[in-house]
Amino acid sequence: MAQPSTDQVWDWLDAVPDPEIPVISVVDLGIVRDVAWAGDTLTVTVTPTYSGCPATSVIAMDIETALRDHGVRQLELKTQIAPAWTTDWLSTKGRKKLEEYGIAPPNPAGGPKHCPRCGSASVEKVSQFGSTPCKAHWRCTDCLEPFDYFKCI
Amino acid sequence: MADRDAFQQFLLRMGDNTLVLGHRVSEWCGHAPVLEEDIALANTALDLIGQTQMWLGLAAEVQSEGKSADDLAFLRDVWDFRNVLLVEMPNGDFGQTIMRQFLFDAWHSIMLTRLRSSSDARVAAIAEKASKEVTYHLERSGDTVVGLGDGTEESHQRMQAALEYLWPYVGEMFASDAVDAAMASEGIAPDPASMRADYDDLIGRILSAATLTLPDARFARKGGRDGRMHTEHLGHLLTQMQWLPRAYPGASW
Repeated sequence: MAQPSTDQVWDWLDAVPDPEIPVISVVDLGIVRDVAWAGDTLTVTVTPTYSGCPATSVIAMDIETALRDHGVRQLELKTQIAPAWTTDWLSTKGRKKLEEYGIAPPNPAGGPKHCPRCGSASVEKVSQFGSTPCKAHWRCTDCLEPFDYFKCI
Repeated sequence: MADRDAFQQFLLRMGDNTLVLGHRVSEWCGHAPVLEEDIALANTALDLIGQTQMWLGLAAEVQSEGKSADDLAFLRDVWDFRNVLLVEMPNGDFGQTIMRQFLFDAWHSIMLTRLRSSSDARVAAIAEKASKEVTYHLERSGDTVVGLGDGTEESHQRMQAALEYLWPYVGEMFASDAVDAAMASEGIAPDPASMRADYDDLIGRILSAATLTLPDARFARKGGRDGRMHTEHLGHLLTQMQWLPRAYPGASW
């Protein structure tokens, strides 16, 4: 088969869901830093979100499985820690999908702009940590629903 | 001391601090007073163990004897560990765990900020990554120290007791030796003694908001970061942490 273009590979990766938050892709999450061909070998560079995030190894396995299913034979997955991952790398599409899913997207002001369910700006922090390393636990004081906030780092 | 040996020692100190504290904090998993705290402690432990993989991974690379971060974590005995005594102290009650975390986080955040401009690019990269997580840890442990210190009579008394119990273990984080001198002269890491003033400012501010009184004594218990004498607690911790890879060498899942 002809060597797929890197644009094609990016499209394929954009269909690989994050294992913990399946509504966004690994590309939306901003952790795929580079896709390049070196001769016959495809190199995909990935950066971890949090250094101890247990999803990191599952993500590497999912990327590898997806690309092999698309016929990529020689694949090298590289881990890169610098520059450190930041939530600034979340895609606009990813932010929108997070909100629709009920997770408030990261906000440089340090907390969610509004409740992802009812839109009220009356929200309060329950805990600095949530169900995964990348989230904190908040609640809406109008509709009273608890929700996850994607921490801004 | 050859420079590579000093560098290796420095990396073990960083990685053993995060490994031993990460394990200690993980002991709370399923036992914390409320669910939110359980999750917060588990996430903190996870960050610390993730950072350990980077520090001990680099230590193994520098050592170049074909070992992995896991080999260093699971196949060394007490006398080869280079963590400060503070992090091996038992959890005690929730207040003591939070006080230990705060006293360590304050040092850790200052250290990582300095290491971000390390002359070694690999050290700077790990510090850059870890400092984002540790800034968050300090925010939480600092807020909780204030909440409990300036809380009820019972919580205040427990936090003051925790501070007095742990205070003699603070000084070791700032004790400089030949390894530190070698690191400082190469611009790899700061001289720990040079961080003390920033540390005293930082903890002074928060402990004062917490209505807690800093003990006068400057006596410091030492022996962890040079491996000369750990407390008896470390051995017990290692039997828990290391038994599986030692009982089943090469086990994987």
